[in-house]
Amino acid sequence: MSEKTPFFEIRNLHAKTEDKAILKGVNLTILPGETHALMGPNGSGKSTLSNVIMGHPAYEVTDGEVIFQGQNILELDPDARARLGLFLAFQYPVAIPGISVAKFLKSAADARFGQGTIKPAQFIKQLREDMKFLEMSEAFINRFLNDGFSGGEKKRMEILQMLTLKPVLAVMDETDSGLDIDALRIVSKGVNRMVGPNFGLLVITHYERILRYIAPSHLHVLIDGQVAMSGGPDLVKEVEKNGYDWIREKFGKEVLV
Amino acid sequence: MSDTDTTFKLETDSALVQEYKYGFVSDVEADELPKGLNEDIVRAISAKKKEPEWMTEWRLKAFRRWQKKEYPRWAKVQYPPIDYQDIRYYSAPKNTLKSGGEVDPELAKTFEKLGIPIEERNHLAGVAVDAVFDSMSIATTHREMLAEKGIIFCSMSEALQHHPDLVRKYLGTVVPPGDNFYAALNSAVFSDGSFCFIPKGVRCPVELSTYFRINARDTGQFERTLIVAEEGAYVSYIEGCTAPQRDNNQLHAAVVELIALEGAQIKYSTVQNWYAGDENGQGGIYNFVTKRGHCRGANSKISWTQVEVGAAITWKYPSVILEGDNSVGEFYSVAFTNKKMQADTGTKMVHIGKNTSSTIISKGISAGESANSYRGLVRVLPSALNARNHTCCDSMLIGDTCSANTYPVIEAETSTAIIEHEATTSKISEEQLFYVQSRGIDEESATSLIVNGFCKDVFKELPLEFSVEAIKLLELKLEHSVG
Ligand SMILES: Nc1ncnc2c1ncn2[C@@H]1O[C@H](COP(=O)(O)OP(=O)(O)OP(=O)(O)O)[C@@H](O)[C@H]1O
Ligand SMILES: [Mg+2]
Repeated sequence: MSEKTPFFEIRNLHAKTEDKAILKGVNLTILPGETHALMGPNGSGKSTLSNVIMGHPAYEVTDGEVIFQGQNILELDPDARARLGLFLAFQYPVAIPGISVAKFLKSAADARFGQGTIKPAQFIKQLREDMKFLEMSEAFINRFLNDGFSGGEKKRMEILQMLTLKPVLAVMDETDSGLDIDALRIVSKGVNRMVGPNFGLLVITHYERILRYIAPSHLHVLIDGQVAMSGGPDLVKEVEKNGYDWIREKFGKEVLV
Repeated sequence: MSDTDTTFKLETDSALVQEYKYGFVSDVEADELPKGLNEDIVRAISAKKKEPEWMTEWRLKAFRRWQKKEYPRWAKVQYPPIDYQDIRYYSAPKNTLKSGGEVDPELAKTFEKLGIPIEERNHLAGVAVDAVFDSMSIATTHREMLAEKGIIFCSMSEALQHHPDLVRKYLGTVVPPGDNFYAALNSAVFSDGSFCFIPKGVRCPVELSTYFRINARDTGQFERTLIVAEEGAYVSYIEGCTAPQRDNNQLHAAVVELIALEGAQIKYSTVQNWYAGDENGQGGIYNFVTKRGHCRGANSKISWTQVEVGAAITWKYPSVILEGDNSVGEFYSVAFTNKKMQADTGTKMVHIGKNTSSTIISKGISAGESANSYRGLVRVLPSALNARNHTCCDSMLIGDTCSANTYPVIEAETSTAIIEHEATTSKISEEQLFYVQSRGIDEESATSLIVNGFCKDVFKELPLEFSVEAIKLLELKLEHSVG
């Protein structure tokens, strides 16, 4: 990737729902090989940001751009973005009753890599291996996607999908929330298999603990729809200790200037 | 020949040709009766079929009852009054067999195009096919193999000639000629259909299948199907249907009767893909059908599975009368409506015997400006001690211009019955669509995947290959209903 074509860049992004502005000028750049963490109080707009990156129809972008591999993706449908290599691990994955995990993932993989590129037998073999890697029971292959899954099982399924679809840039929206300590380790192991010089990652979280497994190079704090502060990995310690109020105050002052 | 429209060529000026790929017309010479309905026509149909005298009388009785009847107005469907004198009640291809017994190549071609091989050398493994073209049955395959087991699978006309006593014993015993307006009409004028008889203790080794094709213009199709499974017998029967695209409406009023004696099982599956009319509601088949099964003996079982994706108007309630003790009735239905289609469909489960149980699973999907209603009746008579019913009817809406309704009625006359009813109506969920799309799957395929999942409980009841067909068909229908 040359300097001139940004890998992933959010520029002055504004988005709203029907009657409410949520994102109010978000700027954030991720280079290949980088892992960024995004924190921020409840309701500050983190999930909205992930949804807008992926193209959720409930939000209207009123200003700004999201550039992925040199292209403004905001005009693309969610599926086209995914086929380019974007991935969102959802905070609340939805269930698709009646569609098995295997069928769903095969359809998704066919869409991402091209119909017929992967032979069914090869696909199932890889899926089994990935499931083993994520310490998931094989029984999940034939279960309906996320239907009756526990919270932790759903999160693990998101990571399984990520491993299957091999994205170039992934956003993980609170994948760590609700995971027990072993699950957290396993999920992190899955994520770290993706991490490499050609992969960018944005990890949204409320807790420091996942950042011990997935070491971010940058940390951003989103407050009221804007990135109020960016820093190195050490910033997380301060957030853990002091919460967000001091950032809000500091950011408020800067805005006032 | 010249005054009929049976020589119409494929209508290519319609954008729907691709979408409804069965909309072609075959160039086949027809042997027809004039339009209109009176006692002479009824007699003429019976004569064409070389029926025994009692059958002619049976038809005439039905005709007289029909004349006194009113058409049902309670269904949530709207259509202008039908002019029954403007319909042709009999049209059959003139030359079905060439010399040497081969099927007329034009007819064989028609069924080939529909994916139904009827020539001996092309037989589908594991499926015996009876193909009905307008008013006449064209071919019944696998007959000898079936005959060795004592199974009779032939057209109704043949059955009336070769097995009159069997037909007479069972015909009209589940759906009496005066049952309802359309059943009475059918009883008077029915032209063909299939007769299946599975003798005591025999398990039919192949799927029995009838394929109905309306070809001629202004012609109604009134088929009559009768399936009898004697003690301990088993049969799985498949019905498929298509019609050419025409801008006028055509009437299809069938009657299907199933009889299961002690310990017998009948599984009846339908994929109904009649031409549904265009965007403006022009044309399409009126599908007014009476289907009923009778679990006559103890421990018998009848299952209806239907996938209804065609017809301008569907009025159809495949039902089961659970008379034998411990008998089981099932109804699995997917009804998809699009454009200006109207469907009012469901089932009736009448519990008479002890420990009888019934299951109803109905999935309605509406798109476009269509109206889709589920109508169900679960009736438990005082004699039906410990009867059980489980009903689940779900509706899914695609877009905001369609509608879905459910009219479930429960009449329990005993306190020992256990009746469970669940119903949901939902718009196809934006969150589900977004989730699936976020994995790279386009909107159309995502919709199709979600709908497919929604219908899973019904599709899994279909014979395997048929279920693959049904899923493909539904996908094709959905392609044009998104966005
Ligand atoms: N579709 C929507 N319709 C209406 N309001 C919305 C919608 N989506 C988000 N909001 C509102 O926008 C704000 C930001 O929500 P968002 O889910 O992005 O927060 P978050 O930072 O992810 O919070 P959390 O940490 O609790 O997950 C909230 O006030 C939320 O209620
Ligand atoms: Mg959130």
